[in-house]
Amino acid sequence: MTDGMQDYNFAYLDEETKRMIRRALLKALAIPGYQVPFASREMPMPYGWGTGGVQVTAACLVPEDRLKVIDQGADDTTNAVSIRGFFARTAGVATTERTAEATLIQTRHRIPETPLREGQILVYQVPIPEPLRFLEPRETETRRMHALEDYGLMHVKLYEDIARHGAISTSYAYPVKVAGRYVMDPSPIPKFDNPKLESPAIQLFGAGREQRIYAVPPYTRVVSLDFEDHPFEASKPDHPCALCGATDSYLDEVITDDTGARMFVCSDTDYCAGRRAEGAA
Amino acid sequence: METQPLGGGFSDPPMDSARAFRAALEAMARPGTIRRIEGARAPAPLSSAAATLLLMLCDGGTPLHLAPGHDGADVRAWVTFHTGAPLVGRGAARFAVGGWPALGALDEYAQGTADYPDRSATLIVECAALRPEGARLTGPGIRDATHLSLPGIAGFRSNAARFPLGLDFFFTAGAQLAALPRTTQVEAG
Repeated sequence: MTDGMQDYNFAYLDEETKRMIRRALLKALAIPGYQVPFASREMPMPYGWGTGGVQVTAACLVPEDRLKVIDQGADDTTNAVSIRGFFARTAGVATTERTAEATLIQTRHRIPETPLREGQILVYQVPIPEPLRFLEPRETETRRMHALEDYGLMHVKLYEDIARHGAISTSYAYPVKVAGRYVMDPSPIPKFDNPKLESPAIQLFGAGREQRIYAVPPYTRVVSLDFEDHPFEASKPDHPCALCGATDSYLDEVITDDTGARMFVCSDTDYCAGRRAEGAA
Repeated sequence: METQPLGGGFSDPPMDSARAFRAALEAMARPGTIRRIEGARAPAPLSSAAATLLLMLCDGGTPLHLAPGHDGADVRAWVTFHTGAPLVGRGAARFAVGGWPALGALDEYAQGTADYPDRSATLIVECAALRPEGARLTGPGIRDATHLSLPGIAGFRSNAARFPLGLDFFFTAGAQLAALPRTTQVEAG
């Protein structure tokens, strides 16, 4: 027992709140891609810091879990470190930075490069869960559009991209259709990650401020919206990683001085470190 | 088996319900797979798996329907003491528990609405045993196909045809648990 375990209920939230979130999660799995409303709680961190993901993680954790938290692929950024510390303290769970060793991974805006497997759960932090929100601000209207499967507006948006830029310029939070029914915002992951949404792992999405939970069950068809003559492309910077030499991972551009020098490095720190430890570079 | 209405609850509620939920989450995410779920003991005929589901999911905000056969004084007293869930008829229920024929006509339960398909009932179907054989299941959560000894075929097929509306099911037998969401396509094995 850690000190935190005596001060807080297991995983911070009270049992009634966890029951409410768990009921929402089960319905979310039963209706893939549909946003289930839930009574999001105040968490001891500001909105925008992953309060939705934290509540989903709290409802899913068991004492035997090994938790990994990443922020844009990195285990060592402020958001990731603070959430990992939060659950180490309030749930007493083991933590790891290795994707392969984790049973539950909370992520902000990336899917790990190492393929996920059965028995793992990926929890996404979601800022704006409604893929149609920037096209139609009224919740009553977007809800009706989902009910009627009326996604024409989204295709018009992608078409206008092509008319203006010659290609679909949406590069993150790229809309997908889940199990042939609901159009879903995969959270602001780069579109490079979209193909990884079809996974053997359970994927859960939590939006705290917007009070929505949604899910993609394992082995579920997730199609990135596109056109026959402008097919979806999972793009990334056209460089190898400057640290590990990987050509198959998503890269961050890092400015290294004030004269414009830059380098491209893996955004997934565990993947990059693992490759360097194996002597790949 | 528990005979006292005050006994048989979780010995460590946060831990027991967390482990029970993970079993239920995996079951609902991977339809047709059979898992163990335990922690609660309830009066007959409520199985320990169904009792554990009720303690993990139900409270004063979730109207519960007890199907004939499960609707006895002992079960009522146990459920009311441990969860506080209001006991209601089929139409008002968020959750229902009972044997397959006793649960009655599926279309009498809340199916959800076009705007809010999540506002549908979840049925906990008590079975004699669960075996990975019989009906062939395909759909989200299933890589190729799974097989599960369902108590019927037609009811689940017409339920799936209503998607995105429809009911979701847990199947319980002793400490065994399996699930069938509305997305699963059911064919005779």
